[in-house]
Amino acid sequence: MTPSDIIRPENLVYAKPRLMNDVPMHYCPGCSHGVVHKLIAAVIDEMGMAERTIGISPVGCAVFAFKYIDIDWQEAAHGRAPALATACKRLWPDRLVFTYQGDGDIACIGTGEALHTLNRGDNVTLIFVNNAIYGMTGGQMAPTTLLGQKTVTCPYGRDPKLHGYPLRLADLAARLDGTAYVTRQSVDTPAAIRKAKKAVRKAFEYSMEGRGSNLIEFVSTCSSGWKLSPEKANAWMRQYMFEHYPTGDLKDVPASKNNN
Amino acid sequence: MPQQPEILLMKGNEAVAHAAIRCGCDGYFGYPITPQSEVLETLAAEKPWETTGMVVVQAESEVASINMLYGGGGTGKRVMTSSSSPGVALMQEGIAYMAGAEVPGLIVNVQRGGPGLGTIQPSQSDYNQSTRGGGNGDYNVIVLAPASVQEMADFVELGFTLAFKYRTPVIMLSDGIIGQMMEKVVLPPFKPRRTDDEILRECPWASNGMGLRQRGPQVISSLELDPAVMEQKNLNLQRKYAQIQAEEVRSEATLCDDAEWLIVAFGSAARISHKVVELARERGERVGLLRPITLWPFPEKEIAALVEQGVKGILVVEINAGQMVYDVRMAALGRVPVTQYGRLGGIVPDPDEILRELDKLKSLAE
Repeated sequence: MTPSDIIRPENLVYAKPRLMNDVPMHYCPGCSHGVVHKLIAAVIDEMGMAERTIGISPVGCAVFAFKYIDIDWQEAAHGRAPALATACKRLWPDRLVFTYQGDGDIACIGTGEALHTLNRGDNVTLIFVNNAIYGMTGGQMAPTTLLGQKTVTCPYGRDPKLHGYPLRLADLAARLDGTAYVTRQSVDTPAAIRKAKKAVRKAFEYSMEGRGSNLIEFVSTCSSGWKLSPEKANAWMRQYMFEHYPTGDLKDVPASKNNN
Repeated sequence: MPQQPEILLMKGNEAVAHAAIRCGCDGYFGYPITPQSEVLETLAAEKPWETTGMVVVQAESEVASINMLYGGGGTGKRVMTSSSSPGVALMQEGIAYMAGAEVPGLIVNVQRGGPGLGTIQPSQSDYNQSTRGGGNGDYNVIVLAPASVQEMADFVELGFTLAFKYRTPVIMLSDGIIGQMMEKVVLPPFKPRRTDDEILRECPWASNGMGLRQRGPQVISSLELDPAVMEQKNLNLQRKYAQIQAEEVRSEATLCDDAEWLIVAFGSAARISHKVVELARERGERVGLLRPITLWPFPEKEIAALVEQGVKGILVVEINAGQMVYDVRMAALGRVPVTQYGRLGGIVPDPDEILRELDKLKSLAE
């Protein structure tokens, strides 16, 4: 039996999502971004929304998200993606609109835009990749950096007296009247990836049903910033990140409650 | 019998709001700040979302407003915001992104005095910020300077036309005098908002989810890390600005044909200067007024032509410490004296003060 006997459509159990572009990714080995991109691409395609979606990309590691998923995109200023999303969704109500943001973007410089977009109940989804560090700029402290965690701008570990506390944005979002679905997910195991994909689908569906705003936080790794191998980064995430950022749904409002 | 246009009495800020609804504006995003809050208040009271379908959002900040403009303009919609000086200062980052990503949009600045929180009284001290780009990078935006409530209404449509023709943000640089004063105005005729298909045809570059169907995905972005590509992108922008400078200069000349002495003033300073010209002419002095309507592109050829024609000196009147005067000096190329007069802190000069400045200019030149 040769490989060409095996590689047949009827034997296919997995394929790259149709909307993922065939271009080299700039993400580091072991980074969670690639998997999250893939889930988004797959869900948009499965929902038949490829030609009715506007993605808003951030400033940070995912600044080039628009190169990887084959949909219309807008590249926002640092932290401002939710403001763009509000305008896109209000002006084009039948479009699927989502932002894709890192911790520095959504939970630091753009906290205001994120919370107000969520609180307005704009029918959009904010995808939040939390790896507790600034990856793109070289491993500086993030708003979500854990206490004691070392970065190049807190080289002796995050000290609450000097740096304050790691921000739990999803917990804040869950308390806002405008949000329909707030969840924390991870993509470190096949089971987690399957669950995370369902969460993306739910958030996107809620936004199209007009239930309100949605936030999915992906508790993620940054092997380069954390200076760990991909495998050890996953272990570190499970040991330390999950303690401060436990995965699971924080809010899921039934259709009757928020639906207008 | 042809219907007479309806003449209404209203504030400049209210006229902007009514004009926006009438000229097919798709969305307004703004944050309250004196002295321009009537724009948002009028729109909220008019409820255009129930009539034309125009979206009105009170944003959480001017930073959010301008980024909503960036997002909405990037989808090909006619979007606008309004604010006053400190708020427009906050918007500069977003305006630079719009210039870099070539996103159309209209920003109305009803100026107040600064620096900083300054005062709520009128001023023209955002001239430099508006005409020099204002944010980071090499760019310009088209700046329209209304001098009446009528022009505040008319420049909404003009602003959108220019914004889409050149894919650029356009600033309407008004001030607290024109924004707040009531004057008669004829509002523009009703024009429907464009349909999705019309937007698709007019804005093939827009990122609104419709791109894929026809052309492949559209990306609105100002980012480019390859220096060779980025230089070309910048050169393309500069070519566009050169075309705007060649084709879009607007100015108004009053009694300039025989003028020996010239006043250059824009917006409310031009209204006061009109009176000065009248008083000077009564004294038998041949004084004319050139009013730049576009502050960028600046009417430097028009000023140079008046110098060529025999103007002996120029007085620049502006309600600031001297900003436009540098553009006038560049246009005059040192061939005649160019002086400046302005009041600061929200004080508006009166015609007699300006007449005295004219006398000083004459003694300097003769």
